[in-house]
Amino acid sequence: MSLRERLASGGFAVTAEISPPRGAGIGPINQKAALLRDWVDAVNITDNQGSNVRLASWAGSLAAMAAGLEPVMQMTCRDRNRIALQSDLLGASALGIRNVLVMTGDHPKFGDHPAAKPVFDLDSVQLLWTLRAMRDDHVLLSGRTLDPAPDCFLGAVENPFAPPAEFRAERLGKKVAAGAQFVQTQFVFDAQAFGRWMAQVRDLGLHEHCYILPGVGAVRSRRALDFMRDKVPGVQVPDDVYRRLYGVPADQTAAEGARLAAETIQQLAAIDGVAGVHLLVAGNEQAVPGILDRAGVRVDRDGR
Amino acid sequence: MTTRPPIPAHPRLGARLAYRLQRALRPRPGLRWLSARIEASGPTRAVFTGAERQTKQDLFGCRMCGQCALPVTGYVCPMGCPKELRNGPCGGVGADGSCEVYPELPCVWVEAYQRAASQGRGADLRLLHRPIDHRRWGESSWLNYWQGRDEGLWAVAAGDTGHEGPSTSIINHPRRVLGGS
Repeated sequence: MSLRERLASGGFAVTAEISPPRGAGIGPINQKAALLRDWVDAVNITDNQGSNVRLASWAGSLAAMAAGLEPVMQMTCRDRNRIALQSDLLGASALGIRNVLVMTGDHPKFGDHPAAKPVFDLDSVQLLWTLRAMRDDHVLLSGRTLDPAPDCFLGAVENPFAPPAEFRAERLGKKVAAGAQFVQTQFVFDAQAFGRWMAQVRDLGLHEHCYILPGVGAVRSRRALDFMRDKVPGVQVPDDVYRRLYGVPADQTAAEGARLAAETIQQLAAIDGVAGVHLLVAGNEQAVPGILDRAGVRVDRDGR
Repeated sequence: MTTRPPIPAHPRLGARLAYRLQRALRPRPGLRWLSARIEASGPTRAVFTGAERQTKQDLFGCRMCGQCALPVTGYVCPMGCPKELRNGPCGGVGADGSCEVYPELPCVWVEAYQRAASQGRGADLRLLHRPIDHRRWGESSWLNYWQGRDEGLWAVAAGDTGHEGPSTSIINHPRRVLGGS
């Protein structure tokens, strides 16, 4: 059962993410895919995450497919202009990559090539709109026609907690209007705050047009917690979460982080309009079975 | 052409006054006639464009993209966003509303939302902005605006909920062949 089918059937979808290696080999992707294969519907393949050069997202997506795991190819606006982005969608679709997740992308300033030219020729709304036009209207941005048109399931991202808070549901509305069919969110540590955002999303009727998958991560260490709170753009760690994870001995932070993640998944699954969960676990794939088991979420890949 | 890098700029014109000026300067026959006369003369056009550049640079940190979004962004320039986002803020805005790239400066979209909402224009931020035409950097957006060439810059989302899809194509069909200037 594909991710699209799982969501359409009303089942609780689970996605995770794999960050491709810095090197010309797919061994690490195969290892991570083996860990995740029986537990998730699909896996995001990040696009030079954090503006650090890694193996290309399309290549990582093909490797995941070969390893028996459905990919969600991430596509940022940071490094490619409208010509390259459209070309990449055609190539990915031709080779069987169906899920495409569109995002603005981190600024190059935060990565390993801060001297790079930031492209941002299109923004994420414009890229979604472009890909939708390619698929549904069989046209490029230039107006020239396509044959055959690409087949793709379009995803977007949103951060429910970043200012301006009053505009965040509307912003998702723009992405849905432009073509987003599913959305994965930034880290959710506070299910109640997420619930308030979801109420706005439901008021706009967005959950009827777009599957919503909140992002949940498992904190592995105090260092990771501090990094997430202070260094990752757009992530907000509430004080009670911070105290809870610092309240256990340092060698038990990972176990407590996994418990917290499982609890958060259960709370989110109970919110009206939540279609699944996106596990933000790049580099910590081995934690996935434990978290999902504890949360009581089991994805049977044979489509039970 | 080379331009200054995008850096968030705080507008020096109050939102209320900006919207008043917008009403006074909206396209109408007199301004259409005047702008056509200005365009007809190369030197006049250059002087006019230079004056616009200076004025808008001082007031809004304008970088002369030539496709002005200010009327629907609370008169905060989105081209000051380090990612040049035309459709709203990225997900990296700090909890205090700061820009992720320049943490000492406010995010242009946070300011845009506050200013537009304060004047009852919050719905402007729901418009879908088409990709800009990079050939138009350096042009006078005032002349483009009065001549009606900016009409395709954004679109309204269609459907009952307003979220079922854009009412028009993403492809912008400008009224004239671009280039030259």
